[in-house]
Amino acid sequence: MSTSPQQLAPDDRAIFAKPPGKERFSRYMRARMANRLFRYYFLFSILALCFVLGLVIFFIGKTALLTFSNISFKEFFFSFNWTPEEDHFGAAGIIVNTLTLTALTLLMAVPVAVGLAVLIAEIAPKWLKNVMRPVLDLLVGIPSIVYGYLGLTVLIPFLRRLSGENLGDGLLAAALVLALMVLPTICRISDEAISMVPKKYREAGYALGSTRLQVMMRVVIPAAGRGIVAAIIMGMTRAIGETMAVVMVIGNTAQLAKSLFTPASVLTSNIVMQISNVEFDSTWNYALHMMAFLLLVISFILILFIRYLGRKGSDKA
Amino acid sequence: MTDMTRSRKMQRSLVYNKLATGAFYALGALVVLLILWLLFTILSKGLPGLSLDFLLKLPEDMDAGGGIGPVLFNSFYILFLSLVISIPIGVGAGIYMAEYAPENRFTEVLRICVESLSSVPSIVFGMLGLAIFAEYFQIGLTILGGAVSLAFLNLPMLARVTEESVRAVPNDVKNASYALGMTKFQCIRTVVLPMALQGIITGICLVAGRAFGESAVILLTAGLSTSGEMWDFNLFSPGETLAVHLWYVQSEAIVEDAASIADRSAAVLVIIVLLINLLFRIPLWINNRKLKK
Repeated sequence: MSTSPQQLAPDDRAIFAKPPGKERFSRYMRARMANRLFRYYFLFSILALCFVLGLVIFFIGKTALLTFSNISFKEFFFSFNWTPEEDHFGAAGIIVNTLTLTALTLLMAVPVAVGLAVLIAEIAPKWLKNVMRPVLDLLVGIPSIVYGYLGLTVLIPFLRRLSGENLGDGLLAAALVLALMVLPTICRISDEAISMVPKKYREAGYALGSTRLQVMMRVVIPAAGRGIVAAIIMGMTRAIGETMAVVMVIGNTAQLAKSLFTPASVLTSNIVMQISNVEFDSTWNYALHMMAFLLLVISFILILFIRYLGRKGSDKA
Repeated sequence: MTDMTRSRKMQRSLVYNKLATGAFYALGALVVLLILWLLFTILSKGLPGLSLDFLLKLPEDMDAGGGIGPVLFNSFYILFLSLVISIPIGVGAGIYMAEYAPENRFTEVLRICVESLSSVPSIVFGMLGLAIFAEYFQIGLTILGGAVSLAFLNLPMLARVTEESVRAVPNDVKNASYALGMTKFQCIRTVVLPMALQGIITGICLVAGRAFGESAVILLTAGLSTSGEMWDFNLFSPGETLAVHLWYVQSEAIVEDAASIADRSAAVLVIIVLLINLLFRIPLWINNRKLKK
């Protein structure tokens, strides 16, 4: 790098200005000291990161576990009745909604995202790649609250007209918004995975007389399968944890969604709507923390699964 | 190969191949159009009513014509504070993972920690901030609480981008600097960091853009109100940001022109995030050009 000699220069001049022997020694000591000091500083930084993770688990988990001193494990996980005003804390409906919403989102996002990744990595000429990738990054840059706002002002009136029902909010609206949000995540990681497939695989496929479609379907996508699955799971963690976009379009009624247009509520939206209004030392608050803890556990499991996929892949290679 | 020798199966494959290529292009065109339409919708709704007055004025509770001055200021203030807190630690952690971490089980645990932290949903950081600042320290919903919680959210992403760009520095250069008798830290400071700087700054811009638009964390830790003054640097006043204001206007406000304020706020939000993502990289591009010459 061009800057480094200039940065060293003042120190060198300082050596000549003073008695060389002693000064050289102290400069050496200083370098050693800084070396050791910063080693500890970098170690401290990474430990601080782990400490934050510890804080998250401790503060959320501690409050979450208090839930079960007031209501039974069975009620929280298997009852569909969430009416905290009357002391009913059954989160099953909300949990099922969360899972349904995630599944619905992936159902819509994955085919489009993987198709787009194939287009970018395999088919498109170079200039088109250079256009598509930044455009997808634009999508990542838009804040989630803006997605929610667009869903509320553009998508929901549209759905209302389309379905003829008088309410547009519900799982379908939320899933459409989320699908758009996870699209770039899934697409970029799949794109990377597909680009990593060695060229010789493709050449072998072509040498056997395959068309490009056959090579993609039978060689490239299976070879990149692990990476694509990892991409889908990354999209899943985003979909499960997303709050503000969902809260604006899902209708926020704590009930099991019986149709795509029933106003419903998922873990994140339920927490954000209710947490500001509850007393800290109430079962209600504990139950909300339990929901957050559940979110944490789900995302940790998904992350560990991605690691497992990655390790298995590298063993094989 | 002439048409006569092609088997029927081969012909079918060729047709499928053509159809699929067309379909993939159509899909790509559709998505790009959708994205451009989205941006166009946001900007066309918000831009016409935008004025300097709107950006600087105080919001009104009842009457039409209020601005977004304090919330816009809070957005930048909280973003700045959170970056001041998270950059030294996040970059330090990234350097440790790339340069110092030995290949052992301890490093493996650290890596799992970083990945887990980056998967924590933002709402959970909001609850953490609420528990620490509002409940444990009893200072209520403040700018400080919002900034610290936002810093927590930034940390893992900063660590990851730093690690990636530090790892990308070629070994030859490092070895050359060791051959000159540098200590490890001297090597990092004078060789590795300058070379990795571009990647790190790009990463910081991405993180800053995300943090600027983040609303769930701020909603829970900095609240839904402002102190009602412009240029309020007090760390302990409530700190509603622009993203949270958009949520508030859209869901609870009773101002007459709520819809128009929401439109304009959304446009401002998107423009600023895009600017953060693009503008800060321009000096780097220029620098790059110079180096290439």
